[in-house]
Amino acid sequence: MAKRSVVPFGPQHPVLPEPIHLDLVLEDETVVEAIPSIGFVHRGLEKLVEKKDFKQYVYIAERICGICSCGHGMGYCESIEHMMGIEVPRRAQYLRTIWQEMSRMHSHLLWLGLLADAMGFESLFMEAWRLREKILDMFDLTTGGRIIFSVNCVGGCLKDMDSAMLKAISDTMETLYEDMRPMAKTFLNDFTVQSRLKGLGVMDRQTALMTGAVGPMLRASGEPYDARLLGYAAYNDLDVQPVTETDGDSYARCKVRIKELFQTANLIREAISKIPEGDIAVPVKGNPDGEYFMRIEQPRGEAIYYTKGNGTKNLDRFRLRTPTTSNIPPMVEMLKGCQLADVPILILTIDPCISCTER
Amino acid sequence: MNIKNFRNLINNQDNQDLEDHNHKYSFCVYAGHVLKNLFSKPATTSYPYEPAHFSERMRGHIEINAPECIGCGMCMRMCPPGAIHVDRAANTWSINPFDCVQCGSCVHNCPKKCLSMNQGYTEPESEKAVFTVVIPEKKIPPKKPAAAPAGEN
Repeated sequence: MAKRSVVPFGPQHPVLPEPIHLDLVLEDETVVEAIPSIGFVHRGLEKLVEKKDFKQYVYIAERICGICSCGHGMGYCESIEHMMGIEVPRRAQYLRTIWQEMSRMHSHLLWLGLLADAMGFESLFMEAWRLREKILDMFDLTTGGRIIFSVNCVGGCLKDMDSAMLKAISDTMETLYEDMRPMAKTFLNDFTVQSRLKGLGVMDRQTALMTGAVGPMLRASGEPYDARLLGYAAYNDLDVQPVTETDGDSYARCKVRIKELFQTANLIREAISKIPEGDIAVPVKGNPDGEYFMRIEQPRGEAIYYTKGNGTKNLDRFRLRTPTTSNIPPMVEMLKGCQLADVPILILTIDPCISCTER
Repeated sequence: MNIKNFRNLINNQDNQDLEDHNHKYSFCVYAGHVLKNLFSKPATTSYPYEPAHFSERMRGHIEINAPECIGCGMCMRMCPPGAIHVDRAANTWSINPFDCVQCGSCVHNCPKKCLSMNQGYTEPESEKAVFTVVIPEKKIPPKKPAAAPAGEN
């Protein structure tokens, strides 16, 4: 039997956006087992909900993660609104949908950049992030912040977008739809990219479902599961078809995210063309009492927001099950049998967002 | 574009020509763009030679219109990190700009609308200083005199 050694894939690694620790058990260059340990970014944010007013907590929920920030604010607000039976105005739902879809685009472009950087393809990394800057400029124009928006509140939205802003977003989406094509073509056709991604980390549909994969990881293995089909916010007006691939390897996951980019650019233009007039927020009276499970589709997969109130202004419990929590077991499963040099790419294909995982 | 065109685009994925189906892979797909980028202007603004551009809604730092403040303390209660302190006895309103997370909760909840979020980030300092202003003393209105009996001549 070959001698086994344990290599720590530390919390600090150039390829990781956030710290996670893996102990890789190697036999020569092949990974036999991977033992994850998390907890480097734990800030106790779920405990903080017992101390802060439920309306103030929106600002904290948004700051759980920088990449998926809009979704956390929206998921928390929707969960409280359903629990209290508040009817959010339709315009506010459309505004939230537009911001969340732009958030999905910026997250996928960020991931594509990180993937290119992990492979050493720095110019493609810069190109992906340069395209992402156009979306961040739109966020800055409409909400005041590039990453953290502070536009969601319990009862609706805090800021409105007038028709000039909506037109600016629509024009940006139109130019981005064309500008993203050279970058997408490089990811899908270039020999060097394909040799790093094709056939790596194959996960068939059965294994993906059994280990609990969500989001693009699951859709790349052939299961058309998308939490946007549940019809929350404005998604019941927009016809969303989940993007699926059947190969289940890293190349398929890259393809799913690229196709979702183009799909999302068109979804945003459709939402802008259909947005109704009206109020953007309703006043909220009383305190939350009861419990509610809310599921939304974050860029990384399905996230669950569970809130439990007891009639006072502090919630009893707020639990956020992020998509990365659910994707870590499939990642550990995928790492078995791969080469040591492929470990960074495999960890990146689940799109790890560890700040959300340990709140 | 009308709605029907969007539906077709979203669901039929008309971008099938992203993948080159004639060849399994190609070499140097990005090379043309690399050369173009090499000889064109940088995509970033060359700050400080070009001025920094802030958007109108930018959430930079908090400013107070002190004469309007009534010292209710609503901003202090609604601040998530607890950066604002209102001292009624000493008639001061203070904010620690380094604790502020620029959420806008105080601006939204102020009953007199004397707080505003302005452009420009807090400048780096060597120590965290608290910014204090004096607010008007809360005047207690004088007691109304008892109503004079009607018809007094």
